Amino acid sequence: MAFTEQSVREQVRAFLEDTWDPNLSLMEWRNILVDSGWGVPSWPEAWYGLDLSLSLVPTVNEVFAEFEAIHVARKGAGQLAAATILTHGTDAHRQKYLKPILTGETTWCQLFSEPGSGSDLAGATTRAVLEGDSWIVNGQKVWTTSAHHADYGFLLARTNLDVPKHQGLSMFLIDMRQTGIEVKPLRQMNGHASFNEVFFTDAVIPRDQLLGAEGDGWQIATTTLMHERRFADSAGRKIEPSIRTERIYQEEAEEIRVSNEPYKWYPQRAGRPDLVLERAQSTGCIEDPVIRQEIAKLLSLNLCVGWTAARAKAAQAQGKTPGPEGSLSKLASSVVAREANRVHTLISGSDAMLTGPESPMEGVIAEVLVSTPAISIAGGTDEIQKNIISERVLGMPKEPRTDVDVPFLEVRRN
Amino acid sequence: MSDHSSTAEVRRLMEDPLGHDPEVWRTLSTEVGATALHIPEVYGGAGFGITELAVACEEMGYALLCAPYFASVVLAATAILNAGTEQQKQNYLPGLAAGTQKGTLAYAERNGRWSANAIETQATKRRGHYVLGGIKSFVPDAHVADHVIVAARIEGESNLELFLTESDAPGMVIQPLSVMDETRKLSVIELTDVPAERLGETDKTMAIRETLAIAAVCLANEMVGGAERLRTDALAYAQMRVQFGRPIASFQSLKHKAADMLMDVELAKSGAYHAAAAFDTGADDAEAMASLAKAQASDAYMQTAVHAVQINGGIGFTWENDTHLWFKRAKSSSVFFGDANYHRELLIQAWT
Ligand SMILES: Cc1cc2nc3c(=O)[nH]c(=O)nc-3n(C[C@H](O)[C@H](O)[C@H](O)COP(=O)(O)OP(=O)(O)OC[C@H]3O[C@@H](n4cnc5c(N)ncnc54)[C@H](O)[C@@H]3O)c2cc1C
Repeated sequence: MAFTEQSVREQVRAFLEDTWDPNLSLMEWRNILVDSGWGVPSWPEAWYGLDLSLSLVPTVNEVFAEFEAIHVARKGAGQLAAATILTHGTDAHRQKYLKPILTGETTWCQLFSEPGSGSDLAGATTRAVLEGDSWIVNGQKVWTTSAHHADYGFLLARTNLDVPKHQGLSMFLIDMRQTGIEVKPLRQMNGHASFNEVFFTDAVIPRDQLLGAEGDGWQIATTTLMHERRFADSAGRKIEPSIRTERIYQEEAEEIRVSNEPYKWYPQRAGRPDLVLERAQSTGCIEDPVIRQEIAKLLSLNLCVGWTAARAKAAQAQGKTPGPEGSLSKLASSVVAREANRVHTLISGSDAMLTGPESPMEGVIAEVLVSTPAISIAGGTDEIQKNIISERVLGMPKEPRTDVDVPFLEVRRN
Repeated sequence: MSDHSSTAEVRRLMEDPLGHDPEVWRTLSTEVGATALHIPEVYGGAGFGITELAVACEEMGYALLCAPYFASVVLAATAILNAGTEQQKQNYLPGLAAGTQKGTLAYAERNGRWSANAIETQATKRRGHYVLGGIKSFVPDAHVADHVIVAARIEGESNLELFLTESDAPGMVIQPLSVMDETRKLSVIELTDVPAERLGETDKTMAIRETLAIAAVCLANEMVGGAERLRTDALAYAQMRVQFGRPIASFQSLKHKAADMLMDVELAKSGAYHAAAAFDTGADDAEAMASLAKAQASDAYMQTAVHAVQINGGIGFTWENDTHLWFKRAKSSSVFFGDANYHRELLIQAWT
């Protein structure tokens, strides 16, 4: 079927006029939606989609917005799991997992980072060993969002120690609700516990829950991470609950509340430059010539960062390969966050020593002051970004590596 | 110091409303003699100078010792030394020197500013005695102090004066503030007709300035101690941590960062040591040097803390890792008793 913008608009309208009803339960509606193909229209027809070209997806979203109709679930690592399973899974995997992810019945987590492998993700040491018809897993993951209420996880584990590090990894779909898995919340320096440590002690994975082939783990993880960066916009963006009161909106609001909970402080880690002027005005610091300079510097920097990101987006929309603007954004946001922290401290003066509801802006500023260090670490450190920029964007010679061509067992590690 | 201030102990005391271990305080005062350092022998002290006091502060900053040392010894004892009458020194200093009594200085107010013109607390004479009225804030360790020294103006006069009162005096309400750096407890003090005695008899402008300057010097030394600890711990971690089959310390970007950190901390130390010595040699510019040291140490400590978290990577952002304890001390010390901009302004005023 060949779609045009016009035909898509008409068909989505007709579909929603027929079926959309805010008095349905969230699950009733999502089941209808997923079966119709309009939930994930760019997916293949065989799997809940309509093979719609990506360029027409915004049109679908526009019509959904007109109707204030609710979408498929977009929570946590579910979208990433779905994209990964769709690409690398067997039909049995797709049959079992995809629909409940889209309806929001199941929650997923991504089990990649380990205490010993952060920047060097391919150094993962969590082991999976095949015994009879099961893979037995031992080891530890860290920084796992949502692990405490996840039904399933996708797990990067080492299945072969005798080959080079990138070749000995495999990807598994693991049932999180089992005795061999212990999840412990990980508290951060800002007091929040957004992540978890996950301990595996003889955890069991049925043999057929290996994703792709044994040894494909790194390649699959790389595509997942690519999706993660692509979704970074939407995952980071706060999905706002509707103010409407029908049952379905309330159920969605609860879903959003639970999935946003770990990210409550995320705006603060970016430094909140948006609050700087308001704070300077309300404290009277705006009269201080030194602080005026600092604010002007910070806000100019922040604007340039935004414009640089916009240039990258525009280039991408025109189909150009992403230039340096893209790689620079993450690095630049670290600078903005650090500078904003400094300027907020200048403005707050002695109040920067306070925290909690009675401190500036009901504790938001205090949270900025102890959250910005995250931004230059999470999602790849600043140093790793600089390596990427210098080696891949600028074409500077790569660092010699000693860890890639030898069996993993021989690679030095902690 | 490290025997009595392990990070497990620091974490315990952060949660404890008292905020220090009385047993450690006793050791510090009776065995180490740290509370007596800069108090003259005639008042039960050891008769050393600001240099020795600063060294003690540096060690405490390094260990992140949770104790009312800065409040009692650096602030209260110095204020009495600088402003008190002979009788007042005899009355109060021996207790502070022995550590059997504690004191603090209630200087700043809700506006959080450290210049004399920001102080609004008033002293009024009633039947021959002073009573204090006003609200003090950011007062360190007031919750454990016996003597509270309050900066206030006598009604109708323009000069700032110091008054000494007791923490259990009628009309005084001490309430803890929620603070980011829980290793140093701060309070708000509401004063309503609190009876107090005036420290000294003549104008105390210079005595107050010198007390604040010594506070800045001691804080600067405490800060360079903390920065040194962050720097060495981060370096040790980098030597140990392996990624990509090699210690992260072998990456050149990390080596350069480590070299920058050494430079920042060493320069700030030089400033802090120089300023402490300036008080002992009676240098004319000692106050200005105190401001220089405080500004330099504020920037260096904070920058070192930011680098230290970064070198630790994800683990450095966790509660369980100790880096954030010093990070928070760096952040709050950088504004305590005036931020770097404030002190640089004082410095340039002294120079022009
Ligand atoms: C708030 C937060 C959220 C996070 N969320 C997630 C998440 O959702 N999912 C997930 O999987 N992980 C997550 N992480 C983990 C994060 O991706 C890692 O912490 C990060 O990649 C760094 O790894 P590491 O902590 O092991 O540090 P390390 O890799 O040990 O790095 C330590 C230091 O060494 C430097 N270094 C390492 N290699 C090099 C090199 N080649 N050249 C120069 N310097 C180098 C680093 O830059 C850093 O300064 C999160 C972390 C934080 C703080």
